[in-house]
Amino acid sequence: MKFAVLVFPGSNCDIDCYKAVEDTIGQKVDYVWHTATDLSGYDAILVPGGFSYGDYLRCGAIARFAPVMNAVREAAEAGKYVLGICNGFQILTEAGLLPGALRRNRNLKFICRQAPLEVVNNRTPFTNQYASGEVIRIPIAHGEGNYYCDEETLERLKANNQIVFRYANGDNPNGSVYDIAGICNEQGNVVGMMPHPERAVDQLLGSEDGKRMFTSILSAWRERHGAAVNG
Amino acid sequence: MAQQLTAKEPTAEQIAEQKIYKQMGVTDYEYELICGFLGRKPNYTEIGVFSVMWSEHCSYKNSKPILKKFPVTGPKVLMGPGEGAGIVDIGDNQAVVFKIESHNHPSAIEPYQGAATGVGGIIRDIFSMGARPVALLNSLRFGRLENERVKYLFEHVVSGIAGYGNCIGIPTVAGEVMFDESYEGNPLVNAMCVGLIDHDRIQRGVAKGVGNPVFYVGPPTGRDGIHGATFASEELTEESEAKRPAVQVGDPFMEKLVMEATLELIESGIVLGIQDMGAAGLTCSSAEMASKAGNGLELYLDEVPQREKGMTPYEMMLSESQERMLFVIEPQHEAQAREIFERWGVLCVKVGKVTDDGRLRLFHQGEVVADMPVKALVDECPVYNKPSKEPAYYAEQAKIDTSAYPEVTDLNDALRKVLASPTVASKEWVYNQYDYMVRTSTAVQPGSDAAVVTIRGTRKALAMTTDCNGRYVYLDPEVGGRIAVAEAARNIVCSGAEPLAITDNLNFGNPEKPEVFWQLEKAADGISEACCTLETPVIGGNVSLYNENAKGAIYPTPVIGMVGLVTDIDHITTQGFKREGDVIVLVGETKAELGGSEFQYVVHGKTEGRPPAIDLAVEKKTLDAVLAAIRQGLVASAHDLSEGGLAVALAESCISGGKGAAVRIATELRPDVALFSESQSRILLSAGPEHAAALTALLAERGVPHAIIGEVKGSSLTIDVNGKTGVDAPIEQLEKVWKDAIPCLMQ
Repeated sequence: MKFAVLVFPGSNCDIDCYKAVEDTIGQKVDYVWHTATDLSGYDAILVPGGFSYGDYLRCGAIARFAPVMNAVREAAEAGKYVLGICNGFQILTEAGLLPGALRRNRNLKFICRQAPLEVVNNRTPFTNQYASGEVIRIPIAHGEGNYYCDEETLERLKANNQIVFRYANGDNPNGSVYDIAGICNEQGNVVGMMPHPERAVDQLLGSEDGKRMFTSILSAWRERHGAAVNG
Repeated sequence: MAQQLTAKEPTAEQIAEQKIYKQMGVTDYEYELICGFLGRKPNYTEIGVFSVMWSEHCSYKNSKPILKKFPVTGPKVLMGPGEGAGIVDIGDNQAVVFKIESHNHPSAIEPYQGAATGVGGIIRDIFSMGARPVALLNSLRFGRLENERVKYLFEHVVSGIAGYGNCIGIPTVAGEVMFDESYEGNPLVNAMCVGLIDHDRIQRGVAKGVGNPVFYVGPPTGRDGIHGATFASEELTEESEAKRPAVQVGDPFMEKLVMEATLELIESGIVLGIQDMGAAGLTCSSAEMASKAGNGLELYLDEVPQREKGMTPYEMMLSESQERMLFVIEPQHEAQAREIFERWGVLCVKVGKVTDDGRLRLFHQGEVVADMPVKALVDECPVYNKPSKEPAYYAEQAKIDTSAYPEVTDLNDALRKVLASPTVASKEWVYNQYDYMVRTSTAVQPGSDAAVVTIRGTRKALAMTTDCNGRYVYLDPEVGGRIAVAEAARNIVCSGAEPLAITDNLNFGNPEKPEVFWQLEKAADGISEACCTLETPVIGGNVSLYNENAKGAIYPTPVIGMVGLVTDIDHITTQGFKREGDVIVLVGETKAELGGSEFQYVVHGKTEGRPPAIDLAVEKKTLDAVLAAIRQGLVASAHDLSEGGLAVALAESCISGGKGAAVRIATELRPDVALFSESQSRILLSAGPEHAAALTALLAERGVPHAIIGEVKGSSLTIDVNGKTGVDAPIEQLEKVWKDAIPCLMQ
């Protein structure tokens, strides 16, 4: 299995995503520059966190126009796995690959800390190694992670089982609608989330609850390609 | 200010007659020297360039005699003071690069940008050495948090640090914040950066090879920050607000691109010399690079990218626009260098040439607009041995007997008061705004004694901290200087690391006042003594003088940034108690020492007397013993005793570990003194019962005083003193007091 980690000017969690893939599942992984136009050689695309283009406009609003985003759209349509984390989630919503938008945190401040998350949908390729309803600890680090969508969209998200993670234990750090921390598209192959699973892959760093997101992806891919395929 | 002046620049004659140089901080005597070096009167550009190069900020003309006191060498020191940052060997061809720098005056005027650009500047110092920045720290001082202006400064300084560090993607892992009216109107904002480098990638800021091209990289030069270095070298006054244009504006996104491109350029192996444009911008970087190589430099100012039309040579040379670098390569590598910067979308322009005549020569619109000897700019600034005088208060303070205070009998209440003091209270409100996890190497997060950052691909890690108690230094500068270094070392050891070296940021008042200069001298003596005994040389630093407010000089605050090496990640230790039943050991001796303590300040409303005494030999012995115990796996938690003494250390270990403790102490001291004295060289340890005997045996064998004072137990902190209950409080309650203090004040 082969991963692409996208690099926009201002991405800063690209290295962490790369290391997480190497350390948790030992699969092939490349950095792919924002100017690339072809992602056909990859099975999974990680859109990392950071401050693409400085986030000087709305977060992700400039990155959506980067040449690589057409290729991301094609990959998503082809059913490949696309995971946007933090700024990556913001980019995917700006690009229209996921519904809703991320606004400034309710307290108008950047927040960095561990957050308890409930795994709401464990039937995505990204969460199949978790139990439904399980509460895990994954850190957040963002200034604009306050998820917003209108009533109608929220109802659709619920009905289609598109809510993947919710902030748990009544601990909604940023004011997100319905405590939403991560969602997927209707097909389930594109996930966006504000918390950083790549920062939770080693007990030494505070949590390894994010590991299973990576093992989930590998397991989904193996299932799709038959058990005989060696990653 | 600059624009008005540049509308029509004064002539060399006018500068001399009207003594315009004085507005730039150049004295009559210095002006005469400059005329001598040039063999004529300097023109406006030249006097501008000299004035910044000869400012305290760039020349250290007042502090050089002080800095000479510091030990700067050691078996592991690869590079001491003089370059962008110092470098220490950590084995396996790897080295750690670090430095601290102040941005006090800009932050007093424009807190967000002042603090942000302070962070940006120190990061450039690290990556211009060729190192990958891996962590940021900061040391902050403000007035009392009840004051509205202080709240504004605090809020925006923190947000400026967060804004820059978070965006560029370097974790802000540690720091300290203290509040005292002494800093009202003149906050201290010191930022430190730590980087990692392989030995063979170490760069220097040298303009090598006559005829080689000089390149400018980064955003265009604007009119911001003109005379920033001069501004930093004078007292803040009511007119300082008008100098807001001397505060630069930061662009962390641009710096991220410049950093990645620069590191790639260095990795390619073609760089001969590189230096960032920090204080005094293009002037300082070009003059210093030429000086270090013993060469000259020509700059073609028409080529310098400019943000605004009609910029004069004076403005271009003195601008402190951020995120810019200067480097020298051989001409055949030009295309390769350009390609790297083009890919990162960063301007890269040839602006000059290395020459052999030792002159810094500036060309503009076909004319030579300045022609100055490099050596005069960099090395010939006069050094002043300022008069020094012991301040009257020093002898007065010695007469005050702090043990004569009325006894405080409600120790629960006293503990809550001290825990709620913003200096002691949890700094979560601050560090939760910093991304302290990016780069996924932060093994010990903010809130313990020192932060620990792992080094990928090894079992090693780096511990880092900043420390200084300005009250101690005020009451006795020499002792306070020693304590600042000792406390930093104690924090490093408590995290399981061996102290390596320090960087210092000397924040003092106006050195032209003999009493301030005396503080500076004595504090430097104390720092030097501690560095020698604790084997932590000074590998670089920064001096920030003229920190004064309407009431006079701030407390002398020589902030110590220390880095230590964890030789195996299994040694990483934190302050929180770990397991019910673990034995609690107090290492060190408690004496009646309330001078300069947080208890004295909060409960008695005073800062007076003498600070705690410190015996550096005892400190060294204690640190060696505790580190040995940690390395042998005997220690479950370790916490340095500092502000708030034993009571606060116990409360913090309980809160961090989410566990209670039952403590019994036998003492000849009064209970309030025993619990809140800030005696030095003390560490609170906890150990599994199975290790307790080995731990106490090790301490005894090494002659380190210690006592078993209780065990980790339940969900309350109880402290019995001589059989009587002193403190009995649920941890949950203490935690609430400690955590809510700052958020409540900031609401």
